[in-house]
Amino acid sequence: METMKLNSVKAKAQTNSSAKARRANRMQQWVTGIILALGGFIISIPFIWMILSAFKPEMEVMQIPPTFLPKEFTLENFVNLFENMNFTVYLRNTIVVVLCSFIGLFLNAMAGYAFAKYQFKGREKLFYLVLATMMIPGQVTMIPVYLILNQLHLTNTMAGIVLPGLVGAFSIFLFRQFMSTIPDELLEAARLDGASEFRLFLQIILPISKPILAVQGILTFIAGWNSFLWPLIIANDESLYTLSVGLSLLKGQYGGNFALQMAGSTFMVVPIVIIFMLFQKHIIEGYTISGMK
Amino acid sequence: MKALNTKTPYFFIAPALLLLGLFSLFPIVVALVISFTDISLESLGDWSTIRFVGLENYLEVFKDPIFMKSLFNTLFYVIIGVPLVIICSLAVALLINFGKARIFRAFRVIFYMPSITNVVAVAVVWSYLYNPQLGLFNYVLNFLHLPSVPWLTDPTMSKVSLIALAVWRGIGVNMIIFLAALQGIPKTYYEAAQLDGATNWKQLTKITLPLLRYAIFFVSITTMIGWLQFFEEPLVMTKGGPLDSTTSVALFIYRNGFQLSNFGYAAAGSFVLFIAIIIITLLQFRLQKKEVDY
Repeated sequence: METMKLNSVKAKAQTNSSAKARRANRMQQWVTGIILALGGFIISIPFIWMILSAFKPEMEVMQIPPTFLPKEFTLENFVNLFENMNFTVYLRNTIVVVLCSFIGLFLNAMAGYAFAKYQFKGREKLFYLVLATMMIPGQVTMIPVYLILNQLHLTNTMAGIVLPGLVGAFSIFLFRQFMSTIPDELLEAARLDGASEFRLFLQIILPISKPILAVQGILTFIAGWNSFLWPLIIANDESLYTLSVGLSLLKGQYGGNFALQMAGSTFMVVPIVIIFMLFQKHIIEGYTISGMK
Repeated sequence: MKALNTKTPYFFIAPALLLLGLFSLFPIVVALVISFTDISLESLGDWSTIRFVGLENYLEVFKDPIFMKSLFNTLFYVIIGVPLVIICSLAVALLINFGKARIFRAFRVIFYMPSITNVVAVAVVWSYLYNPQLGLFNYVLNFLHLPSVPWLTDPTMSKVSLIALAVWRGIGVNMIIFLAALQGIPKTYYEAAQLDGATNWKQLTKITLPLLRYAIFFVSITTMIGWLQFFEEPLVMTKGGPLDSTTSVALFIYRNGFQLSNFGYAAAGSFVLFIAIIIITLLQFRLQKKEVDY
């Protein structure tokens, strides 16, 4: 009887203290949430300000004190970009660059597949060579690549803009990592059915590799859409400029017109943000899985 | 694996390897060779005018006051920027990992966002925020009765302003790496510590941080290499100014190569950078080894 009483008192004390702990815990969760929300807001200020300013008329952006929401909502800046500033051309070039970089993605997948699933002479050495290219800083290759393209008469052409960044070691590495998990029996079965090696790759390997293709496809799209350095170096004519080169030109020529600049930036950033929001689960988790192993 | 047509794998790797060879490996050789010559825009038409100058470019570059300035600036970026990026991304990752509600997943997206956006667009937006008269930052400071800051016009402040922008962009990717590493720590460690009555702070310093050692090492190496090549931010935002106070080594190379067309000179500068990156990386590996051995 005594001990039972004692036990119940103990239990009560325990639930009491655990309730206190739970309350403290919930408190901590709230504080963490509030700190992150504040940090997140600060991080987002440039985006918020960019989008709000893009819809203000030029006069309103020049006002001091600035308005927060556009007093007079206008699409004039965007219309201006496309009607007077050649953004149609830049957009077309950017789309061409993105499409070409998908060819590069395909080549990376092919190489990753061969490194994962074939035994051949020099396989290890060649793969290390591929990995070694990741260590080379862009600044070292920048000038020689320009000279090589010049020698091939590819400066000021779309091919010259696209070729230097077409394949990437990291992408080949990720494809190899993923494709080495595909069971060999599957390939053997298809070979017995008489499928050619290339058809095997197209019809069996690629469909199985959908998860890694999705991640890489999105990253390729983002990289292509954002491509800046090679178009800047290689393109002399405005007719070959991509959106980012065009935007930096806009910054130089219309330095005072911030509404126009913000519209240009919004046009560059928002499509990427939307795509990222839609696929963020794939990107972040794909990154985690493939990057850390 | 069955004996196949031995040519097949080579067919698969050929396109990618050819391109990598032509645009990554071969250029290293070219860069090394031309760094010993006086090749410039004029000599592109007539190769016979190119002269072999030995180590002259390398000696010249160390006498160049702008190069020395860019070296100093790059060290400034690295010494301040790298720890800031690591601390901020680690802090954000720890906070997000601590949260249990679903809303915390949304924060991953928000903090990751700056790193996928176009660098030119970002620089354009930040130039507007930094604008001395019309910018939001100075407006907020004045609103709080604080004096305006010469964000991009003061030699030291302009470096700090570029670092702020680059830290903002750099948090996302590193945060994801830290989050992945945090999720890899077995929950049982924490459960055991809680049974022993360890505080949150104790758990952080005795369990989490020691186990994150490799992730921190990985992030600091990649971040360091990235910041040694700091380039696009000063190129688009300040063009290296005012008075070359924001010119980085990478921007120095770009300018000598493509604006002044001194290809040989620029190539010599790029090799100095390359060697510096290799030495610093090796040093870090050394330090890490010592730390693990204790």
